[in-house]
Amino acid sequence: MEAVHGHDHAHDHDHHHPTGITRWLTTTNHKDIGTMYLWFSFAMFISGGLLALGIRAELFQPGLQLWRPEFFNQLTTMHGLMMVFGAIMPAFVGFANWQIPLMIGASDMAFARMNNFSFWLLPPAALLLIASFFVPGGATGAGWTLYAPLSIQQGMGMDLAIFAVHIMGASSIMGSINIITTILNMRAPGMTLMKMPLFVWTWLITAYLLIAVMPVLAGAVTMLLTDRHFGTNFFNAAGGGDPVLYQHVFWFFGHPEVYIMILPAFGIVSQIIPAFARKPLFGYSSMVYATASIAILSFIVWAHHMFVTGMPAAGQLFFMYATMLIAVPTGVKVFNWVATMWKGSMTFETPMLFSVGFLFVFTMGGFTGLILAVTPVDIQLQDTYYVVAHFHYVLVAGSLFALFAGTYFWLPKWTGNMYSETLGKLHFWCSMIFFNITFFVMHFLGLAGMPRRIPDYSQQFADFNMIASIGAFGFGLSQLIFLVAVVKCIRGGEKAPANPWEGADTLEWTHLPSPAPYHSFETPPVVK
Amino acid sequence: MITDNRRTFSKLLVIAVAMFGFGFALVPFYKKICEVTGINDLQKADVVENTQVDTSRTLVLELDANTRNELPWKFRAMESSVRIHPGQLVQVMFEVRNDSDAAVTGQAIPSYGPQLAGQYFRKLDCFCFSTQELKAREVRKMPVVFVIHPDLPKDVNTVTLSYTFFRVEGTRTGAVPTAVRPPV
Repeated sequence: MEAVHGHDHAHDHDHHHPTGITRWLTTTNHKDIGTMYLWFSFAMFISGGLLALGIRAELFQPGLQLWRPEFFNQLTTMHGLMMVFGAIMPAFVGFANWQIPLMIGASDMAFARMNNFSFWLLPPAALLLIASFFVPGGATGAGWTLYAPLSIQQGMGMDLAIFAVHIMGASSIMGSINIITTILNMRAPGMTLMKMPLFVWTWLITAYLLIAVMPVLAGAVTMLLTDRHFGTNFFNAAGGGDPVLYQHVFWFFGHPEVYIMILPAFGIVSQIIPAFARKPLFGYSSMVYATASIAILSFIVWAHHMFVTGMPAAGQLFFMYATMLIAVPTGVKVFNWVATMWKGSMTFETPMLFSVGFLFVFTMGGFTGLILAVTPVDIQLQDTYYVVAHFHYVLVAGSLFALFAGTYFWLPKWTGNMYSETLGKLHFWCSMIFFNITFFVMHFLGLAGMPRRIPDYSQQFADFNMIASIGAFGFGLSQLIFLVAVVKCIRGGEKAPANPWEGADTLEWTHLPSPAPYHSFETPPVVK
Repeated sequence: MITDNRRTFSKLLVIAVAMFGFGFALVPFYKKICEVTGINDLQKADVVENTQVDTSRTLVLELDANTRNELPWKFRAMESSVRIHPGQLVQVMFEVRNDSDAAVTGQAIPSYGPQLAGQYFRKLDCFCFSTQELKAREVRKMPVVFVIHPDLPKDVNTVTLSYTFFRVEGTRTGAVPTAVRPPV
């Protein structure tokens, strides 16, 4: 450990940092750590995507062709866990690491060494998840929600998943503490809270959500663990426990988690749309308040995931109306994005394409969410492909498309090179078309009553499933275009100016060259 | 700035630890809510108001008995079905036999078919209100005394009352892979 960096980076920017693997193992630089987060999440995205292709391959035709039913359940479970905890969440943390210090004019994150530790917790957690496929009994097949009593009965793959969730939770909590501290204490002089770029605002609120709910998830899976091995009966009916209690605890985490995965996406889109519409963001302060309202409301809607558990009508009504209420601040946001584009001089480079695509497709996912919020409708559609279609519209077309948009937007700043606009546009159109081929038909499957998490289905679902499977393979292959575009951009290409986007006005564009130097803002800029 | 950061760190850490505790606090909180609102009070006798026996309707009550968690008991209903009227006070008997050479404790959990019939059962006495401890080879006959409320929807003509005995105590282990994984 010859390369111990001091806490204060201002004094060590001359000396050589270690190279090779040691650089990455010991780095405390927010840009290095951000890069590692992004590559890690891309690796998990590909792994989780391969599992999804395993699911779609089996569902290509009715009947059992490729997998045994219990392995199919392991595929759906691990696809969910890897995408949620391995791909989407770490990707946003990667963006936070890269962008927050640059956007608020800080030299680095507040706790640089803890930052390194929060990242390096993730690969062991991912290895635990992957290793669980190879233990006796295989990985857990209880669904990504790990519902009791099924999760109490599974083999040791379940224990590995529980430990992985513990580790990833710890990593998220440390990351969030770091992000909040950085934002609250390390802003450049003159940058008041209401002058912060919206991406920073959304991450501040997201980080608070994470600190509030990741520990609850840790508690829930700890209870599962003690029920499994230490004779407690939290969720075991025979011992006086209640499996429905697990659902309450889980969704108390799970619903805010949904917004943890979408609020930073809102932030990214709120940076990109004004830049390419060449107009300031419409209704900045209403955007901030809408984000905060969504975060607060997310704590009182969890039981809309459990309408069929035998809740009293008063409870169903409360959770139905509370859920519908979330459409109000979300509607404010969609309105503001549209109003930002209104009469702007728009151009459609790849980041903007992904953002506008996000706006269309995410809003569709929002509307199906509103439909599912209606209790009697939800009771009909519970656990059908309609739900699968809904959350893929908000998570893939929402979170993932925003992540793509953000990657293309900031690649020039990160690498110093412009990405290939041709590849970027190809990636967008392929993703957009194949995404809809895959998931749009799932609405019809769900309305017709096809249940999720089942490897076989009745004949009448065959055509739509075949279409969805073809779309899924197309979508999967399209992501290779993304990989090529990113690698090409890192390796070279047209040199990027300090601000390649006419309308971008945050500090990383106005005050720093491209690529951003290894140590930036050692003297904080003054924000007027 | 370093001390500021440390202070913020401590505050946030306190929130995280408190929320971990909150997760566990949800357990008693949930139990209390279920108790206060009367949801899920499977183990308490109901108060039965005096109701008219509706002799114009006859229901078939089917009785069903099961065991789980490798409980070494034989559990059965004395009659498989009885004909009753809504509003009538009914007593049915179940018999349980411990086949093992050790004392075992079990808890019966009721369920109803159709599910909505459950809310019309008013139980005055039930062996499911407490755990049952059977000594080695003991045989026990146990009653359930109840009224089915006459408000039971008219289209329900057959009601199933089912009990499943689960083993209680630390004898159970969480992982039962052989039981849940069918050989394929």
